[in-house]
Amino acid sequence: MNGLAGAGALARLVLRRDRVVLPIWVTLLSALPASYAAGTRSLLPTAAEREQYARSIGTNPTFRALLGPVFGSDVGALGAWRSLFVLVIVGLASLLTVIRHTRTDEEAGRRELLGATVVGRHAPLGAALGVTFAADLALGALVALWMVAIGTPVTGALALGASWTVAGWLFAASGGLAAQLTERAGAARGIAIAALSGTYLLRAAGDASGPASGVSWLSWVSPIGWLQQVRPYAGERWWPLAAAAALTVAIGAGAFALSARRDLGAGVLAGRPGPAAAAPALRSPLALAWRLHRGLLAGWAAGFAVYGAVLGASAKGVQDMVAGSSQLADLLRRLGGAAAISDAYLAGVISVTSLGAAAYAVQATLRLRTEEAALRAEPVLATAVSRLRWAASHLAFAVAGPAVVLALLGLLAGLAYGLSVGDVSGQAPRVLAGALVQLPAVWVLTGLATALFGLLPRAAWVAWAALAGFLLVGQFGEIFKLDQKLVDVSPFTHVPKLPGAHLTVTPLAWLVAISAVLVAAGLAGLRYRDIR
Amino acid sequence: MDAVIDVQGLRKDFGRTRALDGLDLSVRRGEVHGFLGPNGAGKTTAIRILLGLLRADGGTARLLGGDPWRDATSLHRRLAYVPGDVTLWPNLTGGEVIDLLGRLRGGLDKRRRDDLLDRFDLDPRVKGRAYSKGNRQKVALVAALASDVELLLLDEPTSGLDPLMEEVFRECVEQERQRGRTVLLSSHILAEVEALCDRVSIIRLGRTVETGSLVELRHLTRTSISADLAAPPDGLSGLPGVHDLRVDGTRVRCEVDTDRLAEVLRHLAAAGVRGLVSQPPTLEELFLRHYRDELVGGRPAGRLP
Repeated sequence: MNGLAGAGALARLVLRRDRVVLPIWVTLLSALPASYAAGTRSLLPTAAEREQYARSIGTNPTFRALLGPVFGSDVGALGAWRSLFVLVIVGLASLLTVIRHTRTDEEAGRRELLGATVVGRHAPLGAALGVTFAADLALGALVALWMVAIGTPVTGALALGASWTVAGWLFAASGGLAAQLTERAGAARGIAIAALSGTYLLRAAGDASGPASGVSWLSWVSPIGWLQQVRPYAGERWWPLAAAAALTVAIGAGAFALSARRDLGAGVLAGRPGPAAAAPALRSPLALAWRLHRGLLAGWAAGFAVYGAVLGASAKGVQDMVAGSSQLADLLRRLGGAAAISDAYLAGVISVTSLGAAAYAVQATLRLRTEEAALRAEPVLATAVSRLRWAASHLAFAVAGPAVVLALLGLLAGLAYGLSVGDVSGQAPRVLAGALVQLPAVWVLTGLATALFGLLPRAAWVAWAALAGFLLVGQFGEIFKLDQKLVDVSPFTHVPKLPGAHLTVTPLAWLVAISAVLVAAGLAGLRYRDIR
Repeated sequence: MDAVIDVQGLRKDFGRTRALDGLDLSVRRGEVHGFLGPNGAGKTTAIRILLGLLRADGGTARLLGGDPWRDATSLHRRLAYVPGDVTLWPNLTGGEVIDLLGRLRGGLDKRRRDDLLDRFDLDPRVKGRAYSKGNRQKVALVAALASDVELLLLDEPTSGLDPLMEEVFRECVEQERQRGRTVLLSSHILAEVEALCDRVSIIRLGRTVETGSLVELRHLTRTSISADLAAPPDGLSGLPGVHDLRVDGTRVRCEVDTDRLAEVLRHLAAAGVRGLVSQPPTLEELFLRHYRDELVGGRPAGRLP
């Protein structure tokens, strides 16, 4: 049988299943470089200002590490530079799409259903890669189109679009390879994301200290470094694209070769057997909840710790950068000096990031609903464990988990910022307080999700909708001059903006009280409803 | 009579669907009670009410002398439950799940656990996500059977087990009976119930249509008779309780209501019996008679004549 037989039909299935998600990420991500470029143009209207800006960020190690070297002061070049991080998101979206339609299906047993029909051995991988490659191509074309639309040169737009497409391809192929390695989709995602982060960190290490340093060759080890060297709008170079494409072909060929050699359901790396008996400590609902939550907690904690360190390290850079711009310097004086800029930046970013902690809170709380819907609550509740004790075991993580991740964020951000300005003992507690002060607002989401779970379990998704609403209100409330009453609905509106502002305890006490009432209502509901 | 489970007139609605419509169920201490019914008859709903997972809309339910809703936690120490659809935590091994559930219930017999693992031929080191349906079922069975409890609630426990393992399961239930434990065994596998159960309740559309020991139930049903006679029979067709009579010279085949058997036999004997085969009704037939109506046109539930 032809190895790719049925791939066309499977590709249509992939498109059918992703008909909402795929267009969304392709369109949204494609618009970002043009919006960055347009933003740069309105903020720095003259060529002289842009040149000064490019020089200041080009010599700042933090920005070099985060976004790479600056190759030109053109609007397009600055937009391309600024959007390097989005390139990583494109790679992430591509690899997740491929794994979702290969290993996830196989692990869930859906692939078996298809494998018995006229579907070649390579067809599922071929279909997943085909659709993702096409999506990346469309993404690159849109990137170029938007860039031309805002008036940047066509050659540069094409170079930028092409580098994005190839980045998507490269990590789609890596996702395809990772999906052949493990039996579990989660582990495959872990491997592919580690590869993506690894290439990004290599580049960051190589770029941080500038081309003259001894480690600058590190960015040449990283394929993201190659794509950066395409240098859109700054004397385009096309050969790095060919190198990245060749690597894509090699990785893809490896994935197909492995998929031909292994059994359905098996991975190249075999799963290990676990313990035959439970550890003595595994004897309470809380111990079970720890087993179910620890991976999630570790993931969020690691993410928040790294993000905190990056945030703290970049705060001084923002201060320097703004000081270099005449218009912004004016603003800065009005705000009360250079340190105030760093404070406002830290407070602003921490405030947005706390919505991430709230997402984690909702996710951890709704594990209760997942457990119930998957019929895994039933065997536990059929033992001598009461409903309240079972719910409390999961809520412990929904309450303490966000506290841990926010503390890590604040601690690492405070340490990094303190080190960069030479005042660790002064700055670390201030920034840590800025992160922890968000906690009561985050807990409101824990409370809301608990209340929904207990009272209206089928409407538990409303917790996510509320979080999205709070995000929109917080981000766009001022821009679109929304009614203050609407803005006030979001608990995050009421959190004092630390560091910088005064600490006011009353709103925090209110938020804690509201959270407690919501949790109590949810638990009361749970006691009286059917478990289904 | 010491009733371990005593359910009367139990009602439960899910939205507009009536899942239980006046269910009666009485399980005596020390018996293995078969709970028979087709899919969707309400067996699982009834068991979940007994576990305090669902709240009844009407009727009464008593379990081990307590209220299954109010006293759920304390009652659960004295029972073990095997769900019909076993899902395990993907990242816990079978052995971990068995130990955890046993400990949450208040204790596990370690020797018995290892013995059961051996008999069911189950590898406890496999992660939950990697077990087949049958093996997930075995994990739940070992966890329940190794617990030191008075009552076992088993909801279609052999679905997914191969015939060899079904046999092991029957041996285990037989042992439980000898230890004096009470078992409620929900099933639609008739041979299993026939082999294991002391008494049976048959439910249909959320209502109990028949309950009693197999012997009692057989009184309500027909025995197939096949006889080779010396002379053609006389007046058989006029007898009450004779059905589907076929006479082929001196060979007679018919179905007889079991409580009319004596009279029919007297008639046959009068004609001179050369050979006689009589078969007690199987549970299959019993069952089919209750549910054939459903296929034909939905006669309302109730006791059969």
